[in-house]
Amino acid sequence: MPLTEKLISSFLAFELDIDINSPIHSIRTNAIKKFEELGFPNRKLEDWKYTSLNRILKEDYTVFSKKKNVIDFKEVKNYFIDNIESYKIIFVDGCFDPFLSQISHNGLDICIMSAALNKAKYSKIIKKFFNKSANSEDSLTSLNTAFSKEGAYVHIPKNTILEKPIEIIHFATGSEAALMLQPRNLIIVEENSELEIIERHQSLTVNPIFTNSVTEIFAQKNSNVDYYKIQNDVITSSLVDNTYISQKRNSDVKVHTFSFGGKLTRNNLNFYQKDKSIESTMKGVTIIDYDQLVDHHTLVHHANPNCESHQDYKGIYSGKSTGVFNGKIIVDKIAQKTNAFQQNNNILLDDKSTINSKPQLEIFADDVKCSHGCTIGQLDQDALFYLRARGIPKKDAKALLTYAFANTVLQSVKIPELKHKVKKIIAKKLGVSLGFDL
Amino acid sequence: MLTIDNLHVSIEGKAILNGINLDVRAGEIHAIMGPNGSGKSTLSSAIAGNENYQVDKGDILFKGENILELAPEERAHRGIFLSFQYPIEIPGITVTNFIKTSINSNLKARGENEMPAKKMLKKIREKAALLEIDSKFLSRSLNEGFSGGEKKRNEIFQMAMLEPSLSILDETDSGLDIDALKIVANGVNKLKSKDNAVIIITHYQRLLDYLIPDYVHVLHEGKIVKSGGKELAHELEEKGYDWIK
Repeated sequence: MPLTEKLISSFLAFELDIDINSPIHSIRTNAIKKFEELGFPNRKLEDWKYTSLNRILKEDYTVFSKKKNVIDFKEVKNYFIDNIESYKIIFVDGCFDPFLSQISHNGLDICIMSAALNKAKYSKIIKKFFNKSANSEDSLTSLNTAFSKEGAYVHIPKNTILEKPIEIIHFATGSEAALMLQPRNLIIVEENSELEIIERHQSLTVNPIFTNSVTEIFAQKNSNVDYYKIQNDVITSSLVDNTYISQKRNSDVKVHTFSFGGKLTRNNLNFYQKDKSIESTMKGVTIIDYDQLVDHHTLVHHANPNCESHQDYKGIYSGKSTGVFNGKIIVDKIAQKTNAFQQNNNILLDDKSTINSKPQLEIFADDVKCSHGCTIGQLDQDALFYLRARGIPKKDAKALLTYAFANTVLQSVKIPELKHKVKKIIAKKLGVSLGFDL
Repeated sequence: MLTIDNLHVSIEGKAILNGINLDVRAGEIHAIMGPNGSGKSTLSSAIAGNENYQVDKGDILFKGENILELAPEERAHRGIFLSFQYPIEIPGITVTNFIKTSINSNLKARGENEMPAKKMLKKIREKAALLEIDSKFLSRSLNEGFSGGEKKRNEIFQMAMLEPSLSILDETDSGLDIDALKIVANGVNKLKSKDNAVIIITHYQRLLDYLIPDYVHVLHEGKIVKSGGKELAHELEEKGYDWIK
């Protein structure tokens, strides 16, 4: 059965199986209708022009994992950040793993979506926030909403600076021949609070995994959120990551996306500035090879005056890999004194690698500063000669320059252990092993 | 140490050097002077092995070996160092990591072990002190946002770290104020020994007040038109280059 039909026909059973009286029952029902109407996106749509889901939709995915799988911490230790104290919300094949996790209800909520959706004490919050920033006109988001059941639920109360980051990891074990996962995360950071999150989707198998994830983040007044996405999955895994960020006055949200792996990765990163004096930052490093594809679609909606947005995406493409960057910036008429900056720089290391880069600016205010820049090129020959003249062999010099190019995006990473880990991944990807501390 | 014999070099088909002859022995300092466009930087690039420069005729021998077929890194491994006129800015890699990589690449190419971290650190501190370089400077991205003077000082710092047999200082004095000039000259003087040699490429004589050459050569239209002792530099400073043509 084609995946679309399989999903639609499983919906009733899915709802019966969990809780038909759930506070989000009608949201789910509307969402499945929307998905039924739209289906999976195809290349006829402008937003999906360069990215075809066809090659991942043909698998016969199990839409709910039947077995509850247990994994040993030792097996997956590498996917956590080393030498760091953290909260952990860990899922295995879509189910919460209490053994690998370290959650908290101590004056805050660092826990799971299924609890938030089922327990009465959360119903007020769920009503207020669930699906309130996600785009209900988007087919994949609707699909996720219809099947939303599990994921991370984080609620940080007022005046709280979280002293350690939260790691959210979704593991897939390969217990099914092919598995579709639809995690749903809700993150609420109240006034004057601060939060750091590191998120990762990691398959431990070569069996195809297709993850359609939705994360909603609500950053209230004066809050600070740093969200780090590590996308370094195996070559048989694909990810559509939909992130919706709703910001209130004086809030500052930064999202770093490190895309190094997977078969197909599509990031839909959406920022909505709901008040004045907001800062939104998006940074990305993409390093891919073979026939991998990474697609970054960003949206910043400047709907109020005196706000800023900064985007800096760097990409390094080898083999037959394909990159897409589409950065949409909307500045409403009332959003005067907006500063919106966007930069996308790319290096193509092979003749067969491709990047499609497109800024999309819709500016209706007149007193704004908006800039965008895109470069596509090879390595700087003068820089290469400089390194070689210092005795660094050509191959190493190239790797080092490529590393340096990617490395500049990491300066804003606030967690040193994370920075170190990402640098190590980058160095390994680029074959830089030059005997110094990265 | 270095013998250049009837060297002809062109760039994109345009002849720049038209038969250079030069002999540099260990322990010597040579200054190559000349007006803009005389081919000074082309000569330094050709010795260092920049592939944009085409050697049409002639030979460059270094310690008896013809180096024309060698890659830039292989020339560096043999002990040739070029202090760049315009050092390249490389964001994303620190001065320290760059020099460590450079040193270890050279050691590896010579079949030696990498320098232990402790020894490296000690050497970095020592050489930074010699050139009055702040330690904060060493953790900055290579040449990024450096002033002209900082870039040149960083070049000489690298020279001090690598201890080459032959150093070519290409317009090292440009962009330096008098204090920085003295620091750089003092650094080079301290590194100088009977076993190494320096070629100073410059338009002006002022660096030569502090770094005294054994020989001065005047380059004009791709040829050495006059050679002499250090007094030739003073003569050029007084009379300009016109009398030589």
